[in-house]
Amino acid sequence: MQYSEIMVRYGELSTKGKNRQAFIGRLNGNVTKALHEFPALRLHPKRDRLHIDLNGEDAERVMARLSKVFGIQSFSPSVAVAKEMPAVHAAVQALMAATVPTGASYKVQTKRADHSFALDTNEMNLDLGDYLTEVRPDLVVKMKDPDYVLRVEVRREAIFLSTKTVLGAGGLPVGTAGKGILMLSGGIDSPVAGYLALKRGVDIEMVHFFSPPYTSDQALAKAKQLTTKLAPYVGSIRFIQVPFTEIQETIKATLPEGYLMTIQRRLMLRLAEAIAHKRGALAIFNGESVGQVASQTLESMVAINDVTTMPIIRPVATMDKNEIIRLAEDIDTYELSIMPFEDCCTIFAPPAPKTKPNLDRARYYESKLDVDGLMQRALDGLIITDIKGSDEFMAQDRDLIAELL
Amino acid sequence: MIYFDNSATTKALPAVLDTYRKVSEDFYGNPSSLHAVGGKGDAMLQSARKQIADLIQAQPDEIYFTSGGTEGDNWVLKGTAIEKRQFGKHLITTAVEHPAIINTMHQLEQLGFEVTYLPVDHRGFIDPAALAAAIRDDTILVSVMAVNNEIGAKQPLTAVAELLEAHPNIHLHVDAVQGIGKGLMAALRHPRIDFITFSGHKFHGPRGTGFIYMEEGRHIAPLMTGGGQESNLRSGTENTPAIAAMAKALRLLLTDEDEKVAHEQAIRTRIYEHVAQYPNVVLFSQLTPDFAPHILCFAIRGVRGETIVHAFEQHDIYISTTSACSSKKGTESSTLAAMHVQSSVATSAIRVSLDDQNTLAEADAFNAAFDQVYAGFAKLMPQA
Repeated sequence: MQYSEIMVRYGELSTKGKNRQAFIGRLNGNVTKALHEFPALRLHPKRDRLHIDLNGEDAERVMARLSKVFGIQSFSPSVAVAKEMPAVHAAVQALMAATVPTGASYKVQTKRADHSFALDTNEMNLDLGDYLTEVRPDLVVKMKDPDYVLRVEVRREAIFLSTKTVLGAGGLPVGTAGKGILMLSGGIDSPVAGYLALKRGVDIEMVHFFSPPYTSDQALAKAKQLTTKLAPYVGSIRFIQVPFTEIQETIKATLPEGYLMTIQRRLMLRLAEAIAHKRGALAIFNGESVGQVASQTLESMVAINDVTTMPIIRPVATMDKNEIIRLAEDIDTYELSIMPFEDCCTIFAPPAPKTKPNLDRARYYESKLDVDGLMQRALDGLIITDIKGSDEFMAQDRDLIAELL
Repeated sequence: MIYFDNSATTKALPAVLDTYRKVSEDFYGNPSSLHAVGGKGDAMLQSARKQIADLIQAQPDEIYFTSGGTEGDNWVLKGTAIEKRQFGKHLITTAVEHPAIINTMHQLEQLGFEVTYLPVDHRGFIDPAALAAAIRDDTILVSVMAVNNEIGAKQPLTAVAELLEAHPNIHLHVDAVQGIGKGLMAALRHPRIDFITFSGHKFHGPRGTGFIYMEEGRHIAPLMTGGGQESNLRSGTENTPAIAAMAKALRLLLTDEDEKVAHEQAIRTRIYEHVAQYPNVVLFSQLTPDFAPHILCFAIRGVRGETIVHAFEQHDIYISTTSACSSKKGTESSTLAAMHVQSSVATSAIRVSLDDQNTLAEADAFNAAFDQVYAGFAKLMPQA
């Protein structure tokens, strides 16, 4: 089916009062970025929706991209036709033939923006209903909950027809909620937390701790590859890698085993906060889920959270592991996440970390370290890169393999 | 040289051997090794698995690599017997299976399992009604071949699969060693079929390769225990170069499958129509659609099969007595015996087996040689 435009309905932002213009502006910017590889497209933003003029571009591919833009409730590919009934009839028949199978139920729903058009809403509904009864006797008219709705929009420039409404990604346009950083480990939970942050309009930057030689290049590549899975929702994502070797070695050499994990996490959080300030981020997101592991008990959170007053948002805090896994599969991060590379949370993990660390003790042990010096050296070693959805970090051999097979 | 013994084995294609060599050189790491060299090997292995899965419309985790058809058959039968022995000890197969099935069944019988061998009619086909009658409460497996390796009869897989819909607990296995690339994909991928055996060297892959399809949710015990490869079901360091080469061979095989099937069909028809004119030729394969396109089995009354094989050898044409596996033992064909073909005729049977590399010109050369061979043995034949 050759469609002429895609009509995009804004999501929640329709209700956002005064911020509306800013939201629409941001959404249109995000849509433009998401569709940058289709040069022929023309965007026409309106008050409560956006019309994308396809100009011959492939509707399916454009819609695949749109389905990853947050802030969109739904979209419909439409056919534009001249405002004369014989032309409308022919287009209706072609569109219904291509999209509505034999025996389906339907109704016609007309919306008339151009009130000068000869037929009014009811007359249009009746006319097309009569016409379809004649040319598609197999179809059943059903007013309540039909299989298909033939949407007819009479606009100034043309009449637009559509039978399909595709659910969008929902949420808020990325960027409208400000910037946050995500502590990305490489496990299953943190990419899901990142996805949920993006969905609420937060522009995230990834903070990844790595500890060579204890963690491998593959572990780092895996974290970057996970970032490529989230990048399509926003265009590109900044990836900040933080050297963590010296801190881990120092803690291991100086402090009692039971508190290794707690103090390590406190240092991570301190660094995350420092990076957030540097990058103009307002909150820290992570993939913690209450009670999942020793560092994620409420007692541990008290002992770790102590180092910062910056909001720490834990999007998966109350989700079961299976719910998190289901989301990870939906966003295609699960298979990557389960690849078995050690990350810096698993190395130096004591056999029996304290599940109920004591806050005063944690503070006391930490005070024995040169926290400022350790942090400064880590912050001096930051490496920042921009990651796009099309980047490839894991499968350098992919082309060679494809050729050999 | 004309090679008409493709059901015994095929010649590996140059492109397949290229892959074998390059993968041996550049992806030699053990896929289980943690380091990057191992990672490369694993990436190749998983890509080959995915390609094979895509080609047979399955999921990658439904593909398990083996050393060939014999291992695949052994594994599904014995693995089912071990896994499900507390549910029952009865298995069903056909009287015309490959020895990898028949002899495995014999071994299971010695271990206390009971096996029903479904008879075939004079054309070589089982009767689904006989299968229905043979199924019992303690039946744990039904194994039916896709294409008979001696005469090319395509067993009624769809009818078998539909029949088994009413018995969801029974494992349904299909030996498709002779059935891949022969236009049977739709029948093989009937959703009720749980296990399928494939062999790499039958489709221009390297010797010692194969795989089974095991539908997600089905379980069989491993025969090879060890380092836990293949999801802990088939241990042993993966044969990455051979597996990659097999994946390539399968892709090449299934490219333009319809055209290849038609091509083989045309060659077979040309030979069939020629030899059918001779009064002392008895044809066991037929041109009807229930026979595979690449196998033609027939006998010349009065002349032993091996004599005919050697006579064609003089013309640089290579065919076989029935199946290569039994042809050196001098025993008569088990498929023909099951079809109640007279022993004196069955020992005269030969098999011509084709593939897409053969040509119509080769069929003509075969026919010309046939005339000479036939004339040469005229004295041995019964006089009309």
